[in-house]
Amino acid sequence: MKFMAGEFEVAVIGAGHAGIEAGLAAARLGCKTAVFTINMDAVGNCPCNPSIGGTAKGHLVREIDALGGEMGKAADECFLQMRMLNRGKGPAVHSLRAQIDRRAYSTRMKHTLELQKNLELHQAEITELERSEDENWLLTTRLEAQYKAKAVILATGTYLGGKIYVGDISYESGPDGMFPSKFLPDSLEKLGMSIRRFKTGTPARVLKSSINFEGLEEQCGDEPVIPFSYDTDTPTGNKVKCYVSWTNENTKQIILDNIHRSPMYSGKIEGIGPRYCPSIEDKIVRFSDKKRHQLFIEPCGIDTEEMYLQGMSSSLPEDVQIKFYHSIKGLENCVVMRPAYAIEYFCADPLQMKSTLEFADFSGLYGAGQFNGSSGYEEAAAQGLVAGVNAALKIQGKEPMILDRASSYIGTLIDDLVTKGCNDPYRMMTSRSEYRLILRQDNADTRLTPIGRSIGLIDDTRWNKFNQKQKLIQDELERIRKTVIAPSDNLNEILRNNNTSEVNTGIRLIDLLKRPELDYNKLSPIDTERPQLETNIFEQVEVEIKYEGYIKRQLAIVEQVRKLEKKLLPKNINYSTIDGLRLEAREKLNKIRPENIGQASRISGVSPADISVLIIYLASLKNKTEVIADDN
Amino acid sequence: MEKTIAAISTANGVGGLGVIRISGENAIETADKIFRSVSDKRLCDMKGYTAGYGKIYDKDELIDEAVALVFRAPHSYTGEDVVEISCHGGLYVTKRVLRAILKNGASSANPGEFTKRAFINGKIGLTEAEAVMDIISARGAQSAKAALSCMEGKLRQRIDNVRDTLINTAAHLSAWADYPEDDIPEVDNENLSYSLNICKNELSSLLKSYDTGRLMREGVETVIAGRPNVGKSTIMNLLSGCERSIVTNVPGTTRDIIEETVMLGEIPLILSDTAGIRSTDDPVEKIGVERAKDRISKAGLVLAVFDSSRPLSDEDKELIELLSDAPSVAIINKTDLERQLDTKYIQNKIKHVVFISALSGTGTDELENQVSDIIGTSKLDASQGILATERQRSSAESALNSIDEAINAINLGITLDAVTVIIEEAINHLLELTGERVTESVVNQVFSHFCVGK
Repeated sequence: MKFMAGEFEVAVIGAGHAGIEAGLAAARLGCKTAVFTINMDAVGNCPCNPSIGGTAKGHLVREIDALGGEMGKAADECFLQMRMLNRGKGPAVHSLRAQIDRRAYSTRMKHTLELQKNLELHQAEITELERSEDENWLLTTRLEAQYKAKAVILATGTYLGGKIYVGDISYESGPDGMFPSKFLPDSLEKLGMSIRRFKTGTPARVLKSSINFEGLEEQCGDEPVIPFSYDTDTPTGNKVKCYVSWTNENTKQIILDNIHRSPMYSGKIEGIGPRYCPSIEDKIVRFSDKKRHQLFIEPCGIDTEEMYLQGMSSSLPEDVQIKFYHSIKGLENCVVMRPAYAIEYFCADPLQMKSTLEFADFSGLYGAGQFNGSSGYEEAAAQGLVAGVNAALKIQGKEPMILDRASSYIGTLIDDLVTKGCNDPYRMMTSRSEYRLILRQDNADTRLTPIGRSIGLIDDTRWNKFNQKQKLIQDELERIRKTVIAPSDNLNEILRNNNTSEVNTGIRLIDLLKRPELDYNKLSPIDTERPQLETNIFEQVEVEIKYEGYIKRQLAIVEQVRKLEKKLLPKNINYSTIDGLRLEAREKLNKIRPENIGQASRISGVSPADISVLIIYLASLKNKTEVIADDN
Repeated sequence: MEKTIAAISTANGVGGLGVIRISGENAIETADKIFRSVSDKRLCDMKGYTAGYGKIYDKDELIDEAVALVFRAPHSYTGEDVVEISCHGGLYVTKRVLRAILKNGASSANPGEFTKRAFINGKIGLTEAEAVMDIISARGAQSAKAALSCMEGKLRQRIDNVRDTLINTAAHLSAWADYPEDDIPEVDNENLSYSLNICKNELSSLLKSYDTGRLMREGVETVIAGRPNVGKSTIMNLLSGCERSIVTNVPGTTRDIIEETVMLGEIPLILSDTAGIRSTDDPVEKIGVERAKDRISKAGLVLAVFDSSRPLSDEDKELIELLSDAPSVAIINKTDLERQLDTKYIQNKIKHVVFISALSGTGTDELENQVSDIIGTSKLDASQGILATERQRSSAESALNSIDEAINAINLGITLDAVTVIIEEAINHLLELTGERVTESVVNQVFSHFCVGK
């Protein structure tokens, strides 16, 4: 029998990486919040790789942290190995990645939710979502408990209509053997929401003691460890090693001989898989000229012997899996503890959403994470944070938080999703940001902490710390601008050794640092007045001055684009009636309903000519309203 | 829907056939009001791509016999309903037909408006549209050839090649940065610079063609200079094929600068006949002389005329000095008379010298060759695709600047993240040039060319 079990301001469906950030943000902003999870032991689960961060994803974690989110802190507490990727390729693409203890991470996150004021964590499968009579949302659980909420955030991950495929075997299931969310898809369709199927996959976990590590390349963490969070002062050290191995001709042959048994190739799976994360059979078929593929062997935790085989996801039958894993060096006798599988799930087309992640057609309903068509823990957490913040701000009658592309990777991610949409699970990459020289992981706090503060997610302690750091950066910039180094044999020897021209008059420290051949390290013998500061401050100063020219140019472009973003398009435009717009543009604009000209210009199928037409239309609209105003 | 427009779409006043084009929602209805078919069939009842034969009336007054071609949207040049009325040529008839159409509800089309509509309706792309605009105003055969080759996509092809090279380069750089743990080939600076230099050379050669291309389309500002009565006006008349300047033997007859566009072979010359250069007290003529000197210094081409039948004068020498840096041809005129002129002196000072007799017209072929040599059209193969408009030029130049900067950054040892961003800038400039926006072109390339992913 149905019964009314409670009322909340914000209800979050799902307690994965998106749901956690959404729930925490809403509760921290003072909203009475509930987070529902199908299984209490799966809060903050990492059903795929046991790692947080990576290229562009590391940027996202830093940004989440800068705004007052949780992911970075939890990763810092639970990491097993920390590395800064892409050193040497330039500051824009430096990315932190942590191997984490997945059970520890899950426990840490569950505990954080439990301790959070204003937040209740419930184990319940939501089976129905409908409008209540008073224009709120009504959620019903499998046990027929009913909850009312002003805003609902859908963060259902791969649980929503989840179905697992291994060879010709398939069954309804969530990730890691959890129950799927079986009834909610029907309820969403009943609301009039359009949903579709995506798929993703994960490799096998194998027993550590059954692996022969002899002759495998080792990968160690960086020393000293650089943490994700601006709050983490003293991170612990690296605890584990990862290993590299390669597939070979034999692996390839086994897979090709059995390719007909893959549900992807036999056409059983209708869901669209991620391009960025192809299964090993996909890689072998699509890149048939490649003789070998790399894989990484990564520990899943400190108190488990399960090892994750990054790069080897598959939906081939278990017998084929065992055969091809055994063909790989080091894995000849490996015991497969959890077989690889593909999982298909329902998600929404994010084109239905606004930049706040609220559905345009369903007031108070938000989406985040895989539900929005993205992929990855970090992408999910970023959206969860934005959805949670905006749900709370809306309930409190405040202006929404909209992050534009020039502000952050989070803004870029959301703009891509809601204006371009996605045809396969969306992964963040540095190449997706046209502003990547500005949006670096080293300055995420400078870019976003003031926004986090104004929203109310940054407390006084953190804010003071932030301001102190900003002041140190400014002081150091000032110092190197003012400091003039006299010409000396000592200086010229350094210059000579670094293949840069010598000087015979005094030179400002800043001008020396601008030279690509030099850096703080190399100049330390002659920079005698240098204050004792944290490395990240020197790093940020160095990047700002070395790339000053490029940064300035990107900022100029940002200015131009922001002008277009300020040209707002009225909500109720019927694009079919605008003369001069091409048919394709009309259809796309009517579907996506961009919020401004800048967004419209990024929609594929809307040409520059269409944009001119829109600008002219807006101008004429303005003239008309002025005429009407004059008449009055 | 846009208003219905009409215009004469053949060259004004010449040719045996005149075509008046009507386009827009009411094009066919409008045409029906002035066209009466011999078969009594109304144009409204005709399918697209069909023709009717009949007579054009302005109210009840017969204007001409004509053929009316019906095109139905979207299968027409503009993508709208279109009627093309072919009548007898000549300015008078075509104008009367047009006037009748305008009386019946159509508006007069602005220059290029048909093409603009074709572009807006997605019938043609931006480069094609610009090429059509150029054909409309093309002044010479080679210019039309360049415009055509652009429409057929020669320019497009060359730009696409550069763009593809850049996208591949950027994709490699992106894959290398975004997938540090995948098995992506290392990016080495030598290969990178090599690819960028290929793009640089191609764009540079396209940009060089622009100036020449523009001269062929828009014409070369040409000044005819020389002391009074050397035959400047006669030469101008020879080139333009009719009498424009007042030709007399009294020095100083030509006081004002008279402009005339003429074709010298395939090159349009915007000729100005100037007052002769000589010291004078006549105030009116004095102004004319000053203006002539000014024009010489600014001209794209100077035709300096000398009289073969008279000895070299101080004024001649003064003119020769004025020409030192200007692109110029010395024309030794009146070769039909006995030579008194020190031609060696001129040949030592001026590279291009031709001997002609303006009266008989001999030597004009040689003049054409020399001018073509100076303007650069002799070396230009227009069918290889050339940049046609200022917009295209400026995009190509911006792209070239970005590529230069990228090469420079690599040489300076700037990290490749910044280099990638500059290469992407170059790609964007090229996408502007072709008027398209390729979203995620780099990202897509990453996935199709590199095996990446966990």
